[in-house]
Amino acid sequence: MLLFSLIFVPFVGSLVAALLPADARNREAWLAGGVTVYGLVVAASLYPEIAAGEILRHDLPWLPAQGLDFVLRVDGLAWVFTMLVLAIGFLVVLYARYYMSPSDPVPRFFSFLLAFMGSMLGVVLSGNLVQLVVFWELTSLTSFLLIAYWHHRADARRGARMAFTVTATGGLCLMAGVLVLGHIVGSYDLDVVLAAGDRIRAHDLYLVALVLIALGALTKSAQFPFHFWLPHAMAAPTPVSSYLHSATMVKAGVFLLVRLWPALSGTPEWSWIIGGAGVCTLLIGAFAAIFQHDLKGLLAYSTISHLGLITVLIGIGTPLAMVAAIFHILNHATFKASLFMAAGIIDHETGTRDMRVLRGLRHKLPITATLAIVAGAAMAGVPLLNGFLSKEMFFSEALLVGSDRNWWMSAAAVAMGIFSVAYSLRFIAIFFGPPATDLPRVPHEPPRWMRFPVELLVLACLVVGVVPAISIGPILDVAVHATLGASTPQYDLAPWHGFNLPLLMSVIALVGGVLFYVVLRNRFDLHARTRTPLIYRFNGAQAYETVMLRLTSGAEWLLRWLGTSRLQPQLLIMIIAMLGVPLLLAGVPTQWTTIPRQGTDPLFALVWVIGCVCAVAGAWMAKYHRLAALSLIGGTGIITAITFLWLSAPDLALTQLMVETVTTVLILLGLRWLPPRIEAKELETPSGVWLHRSRDMAVAVAGGLAMAALTYAVLIHPASDTISDFFLLRALSEGGGSNVVNVLLVDFRSFDTLGEVTVLSIVALTVYALLRRFRPAPESTGVPAQQGHSLDPASHQTPAEQANSGYLMVAGIYLRLLLPFLGVIAVYFFMRGHNLPGGGFVAGLIFAVAILVQYMLAGAVWVENHLRVRPHRWLAFGLVLACTTGLGAWLFEYPFLTTHTAHVTLPLLGDLHLPSAFVFDLGVFAAVVGTTMLILVALAHQSVRAHRLPSEEAPQDSRRPS
Amino acid sequence: MNHWLILPILLPALVAPLIALTMRYDIVLARIFSLASAAALLALALILTGIAHDGTVTSYLLGNWAAPFGIVLVLDRLSALMLLLTAVLAVVVLLYSIGGWDKRGRHFHSLYQFQLMGINGAFLTGDFFNLFVFFEVLLIASYGLMVHGGGRDCVRAGVQYVIVNLVGSSVFLIAVGLIYSVVGTLNMADLAVKVADVPPGDRALLVTGALLLLLVFAIKAALVPVQFWLPGTYANAPGPVAALFAVMTKVGAYSIIRMYTLAFGDGAGDLAWLAGPWLMPAALVTLLLGMVGVLASRALGQMASFAVIGSMGTLLVAVSLFTPMAMSAALYYLLHSTLAAASMFLIIDLVSERRTGFGGNIEVAPRFAQMGFLACVFFLAAIAMTGMPPLSGFIGKLLILDGVRDADWAYVIWAVILLGSLLAIVGFARAGSTVFWKSRSMEGALKSSRRPVVLSFVAVGMLLSGTVFLTVFAGPVTAYLDKTALQIFTPSVYVEAVLGHVWDK
Repeated sequence: MLLFSLIFVPFVGSLVAALLPADARNREAWLAGGVTVYGLVVAASLYPEIAAGEILRHDLPWLPAQGLDFVLRVDGLAWVFTMLVLAIGFLVVLYARYYMSPSDPVPRFFSFLLAFMGSMLGVVLSGNLVQLVVFWELTSLTSFLLIAYWHHRADARRGARMAFTVTATGGLCLMAGVLVLGHIVGSYDLDVVLAAGDRIRAHDLYLVALVLIALGALTKSAQFPFHFWLPHAMAAPTPVSSYLHSATMVKAGVFLLVRLWPALSGTPEWSWIIGGAGVCTLLIGAFAAIFQHDLKGLLAYSTISHLGLITVLIGIGTPLAMVAAIFHILNHATFKASLFMAAGIIDHETGTRDMRVLRGLRHKLPITATLAIVAGAAMAGVPLLNGFLSKEMFFSEALLVGSDRNWWMSAAAVAMGIFSVAYSLRFIAIFFGPPATDLPRVPHEPPRWMRFPVELLVLACLVVGVVPAISIGPILDVAVHATLGASTPQYDLAPWHGFNLPLLMSVIALVGGVLFYVVLRNRFDLHARTRTPLIYRFNGAQAYETVMLRLTSGAEWLLRWLGTSRLQPQLLIMIIAMLGVPLLLAGVPTQWTTIPRQGTDPLFALVWVIGCVCAVAGAWMAKYHRLAALSLIGGTGIITAITFLWLSAPDLALTQLMVETVTTVLILLGLRWLPPRIEAKELETPSGVWLHRSRDMAVAVAGGLAMAALTYAVLIHPASDTISDFFLLRALSEGGGSNVVNVLLVDFRSFDTLGEVTVLSIVALTVYALLRRFRPAPESTGVPAQQGHSLDPASHQTPAEQANSGYLMVAGIYLRLLLPFLGVIAVYFFMRGHNLPGGGFVAGLIFAVAILVQYMLAGAVWVENHLRVRPHRWLAFGLVLACTTGLGAWLFEYPFLTTHTAHVTLPLLGDLHLPSAFVFDLGVFAAVVGTTMLILVALAHQSVRAHRLPSEEAPQDSRRPS
Repeated sequence: MNHWLILPILLPALVAPLIALTMRYDIVLARIFSLASAAALLALALILTGIAHDGTVTSYLLGNWAAPFGIVLVLDRLSALMLLLTAVLAVVVLLYSIGGWDKRGRHFHSLYQFQLMGINGAFLTGDFFNLFVFFEVLLIASYGLMVHGGGRDCVRAGVQYVIVNLVGSSVFLIAVGLIYSVVGTLNMADLAVKVADVPPGDRALLVTGALLLLLVFAIKAALVPVQFWLPGTYANAPGPVAALFAVMTKVGAYSIIRMYTLAFGDGAGDLAWLAGPWLMPAALVTLLLGMVGVLASRALGQMASFAVIGSMGTLLVAVSLFTPMAMSAALYYLLHSTLAAASMFLIIDLVSERRTGFGGNIEVAPRFAQMGFLACVFFLAAIAMTGMPPLSGFIGKLLILDGVRDADWAYVIWAVILLGSLLAIVGFARAGSTVFWKSRSMEGALKSSRRPVVLSFVAVGMLLSGTVFLTVFAGPVTAYLDKTALQIFTPSVYVEAVLGHVWDK
């Protein structure tokens, strides 16, 4: 639990920090400081066990089936890193308290910082590789937020996104790599993976895993060719840079390599990939650092170079090289954090970080200058400072790589040494010379506690440099033992090893570096150079931007070509899918014995010719003559009804006929409110349009033929056993009705009917809701053009007047008389439904037609004055009735919608079958009536509203559907 | 006697007309009833999950007609899971809508309940004609919800949506007809039994029907090349409706899983696993196209819509392998992506409402109210959408990568999924940076006419905590999903429960 709290407490602290008020700088700092101190105390208390070589584990079950548990595992390496993260974290918190200005929203800063700290601790303490990836990505996310802390600045946003994109890409690779590794080993548990080194290296997928994991580590540690993000991340506040980009996050990459060293290293691939990237980085970083003008830029490139150095050592991979790598990780963290903080102080005090302006600062900032010079010397590898020790170890390892014949590695090492001395001198130079007079601010020594972290770190540099064996020795030993285990070499931490080749190399580097700097400064005018010589062409950041730009414009291009927001292409694709049908059916019909062909009936054929003509003509007219098209489509519907009748399906025919009538009339009523479509003057059709239309035509015809083929295949297919026999047999005996279709609808599959009636009701409610907002087009609000002539009696009469006393009087009397008759007919069809063609659906439509006719005749106002139409009630009552009828079965302990037929003998009427399905059908009837009427009312009320439209509601015009 | 199965359909079917009838003019009452109904659905879903938990498959014979003659509802782990997901989403989205969206048009709560009825019905039915009916219910209700509130773009996109899906419905009918003409049944379990015995001469017809059906489900699931309707629809629908729609694409995915494991699984002889070869390439292209769309989008709503397409691709890649391991991963991803997408749509709605005059466009605009909080939740939702840790998207992606490891195309799938994630990460980072960060550099602030409603923030918080829940309790959740996947691949249990069952009172 104690272990768990190490990770948990920073995240909780992060949440608390986010909730504090914006100006609570002190409270935030106390909170963050408290969290880190807690962590330090906990971690320090583990030292006795760690020093004894124990591995502490804490398992929480998480995803056991996938072999994923939440495992915290502390060995020496993890412990050292934990201490590093927490100790430097503490100093950074202290520093940040003074660095952040009162106008910065500090809760966000400390919240992100603590979250980052938790993530980083998660990375180092993970005992499970997948869990490590989780925290790894979390460090990417939190660092994204931290770099973009001043997100009103463009460079901060750009730098954050660049860093995030690169490290997140690496994170995805790492995730894949870990999965491959897990596949090879059969477990994600770190202990198991570390023990399976030989198996991993012998596996076919070794190279895949290695490359993917290396990509993750190298992007995180800003190694060539991914190093470009680090300098841009310097847009972050300096405490962030000194924490993330020197001591911790960038170290995560090398930490991972050290962590997995037992499992992955020891092959030429390892050395070439890791070492190769390291060497390139080391030289490029060191060289580029010399030519920076920004203090933080110089430090960033120097960090890249030092990380390269560590990577090279890991790439070399011998036990001694690993010792040097771990040692240098610690040393670099110490001096680089202090240098960043010093740079921050300078920036804070002078208002600039430009080394072309800064000079002579030792006069104004004597203490800071001294500290920075010592740290800078450590960076350059001056003897008696910690940087010297690990650099010398590096030199001696570099010598061993090529043995006696091949000196390239040693040459690279010395070159790097020379460069690093040169850039360190460049850094130190700002403290010397005459005091600058053109600084934005007059510098003063910073507050006592702002300098304190720097002092402490510089002191550490000195102590480690002078008495390494006593100071850092035990700690390093713990980490080394945990990493190397049995292969831990003998090594000797001392500033003086006698006169040997590494010392010579150090001397060459120091002397050469000074000379190189002087030459550059005096002959090449260092201050005037705006770019790094030789390597400026390989601008990673530029390449990144270009890639991103290309990616975005490529995506837009792709979407323009592959995407569409128009309906027509979408339908085209769906119809094309139909074209595949005949291919699937190829060869089918030959396998069946064709059913005997019946004689062709010329009359029936003629009916169908008419139907086809109607359909094609309807499509033809659809564009400019809606009324004609609608009538023609109605014709097709009638033909369909006739066909049903012809083929002895009276129920279907009746339903089709009624549906056709009602929908056509409703659509006609709707057409009234659409704006007229101006016919295009087709002078000359461009060939493009012609092609386009031909294509559509061809696809349409082919799609139709495909459907015809499909239908034909089904029709000649010999009948198979279907469930329909069951229905035919049981309709009367168990369903209580001799009309199978109706029994099917209200009994066998009444649930489908319930669903479909619901669909109807939803349609009605939607139409109603939509039309409430609909405002007709201005040109269709007045009297229709057909009635516009003053001779037409309709032009100066309301619809009611026309029907009651006008030219429609005769028709009006007849049509009103129709209402009771149609009502009776509806009842008749409803009653006989169970045994003969009819039923609730048809009856509902018939009744609706009766009402519809009244609306058409005398207008909405008159009808509603004389008849209370309550479509909502009909509709809701119908649905509720249908459902409750179904529920009634529960009373008799039967499932929903079970029917029961009561046989009663009534005087006068005789024997009666009273199936409960009858009540269900009544619900259907009511819902159908309600649906039709609701749509009708919604349409009809347009006429009521349209007359008051132009003046009041013109601004609403934009809401009109187009 | 066990009537639980019908209730998730019956309850909204009764509440919806009641609201339309008696509470048309009383928004408060309508809200109370609607919310009570949604909460009751959640309770029901929990009960049903409890029933299905031990692996029993329960069937319910409607009208007491024995299968395959009557319609049957079937509850197994998969349908219980989907019901639960729907109910959770329904409650949260309803809470959000009560914040004001429901007043902007007529009949919101009725349509909402009808929508739930349709979705629940689709998840419960064991009859594929009845599935068609519920597809209609949910389609029409969703159209009603989508054009709720109106506006030119909304209605225009709605027309597209409804026409594309109506064409899909016609194809559905054709496919049902074809399958019926060959096997003579409408019951899924019965179909599963009969498919193996179809004579070779009839197979072509059956395959045609099955593939047309796949096309229909693909339309619902927004799979390439029939995904075009989705961006316009989701981006133009009211925010909460778009959030609810996050589960609608899953209806398509569910139908694919159900149909092609039950009827065209191992028991189908030569026709076994016929969906896979079509599904896999389509899903891979869908994934990439969706994520490319994320990168190319110029508005937040559009971006989230494309992310939904991408997530459907990811989901169906895993489904298309038709192995228990990949299926379990797919189901986890299904849960995650629904919650993530819903939260994203709600957040985008909150943002767009506050950016008066700028809406959801990915462009610099002056500051707006609650910007910091919204930036924070957008960041979290984006983490979820892109599958970054620590939210459940990461686990979902991991499980899928792990689950497809043994597939023939494993390398391609891995590469596509990882590339897709990267594109999404870049896209969301860019959008968030522009909308929330770059806008900070502008002077002035936007005044919004709408008051902030606590409920909306609560809803967003609930969805995001849902993804946290999925992460923390990944172990138990995946254990349930593993069992679900196993059940999916043991269709005999399902068939036995449906056909071997005679109602006994």
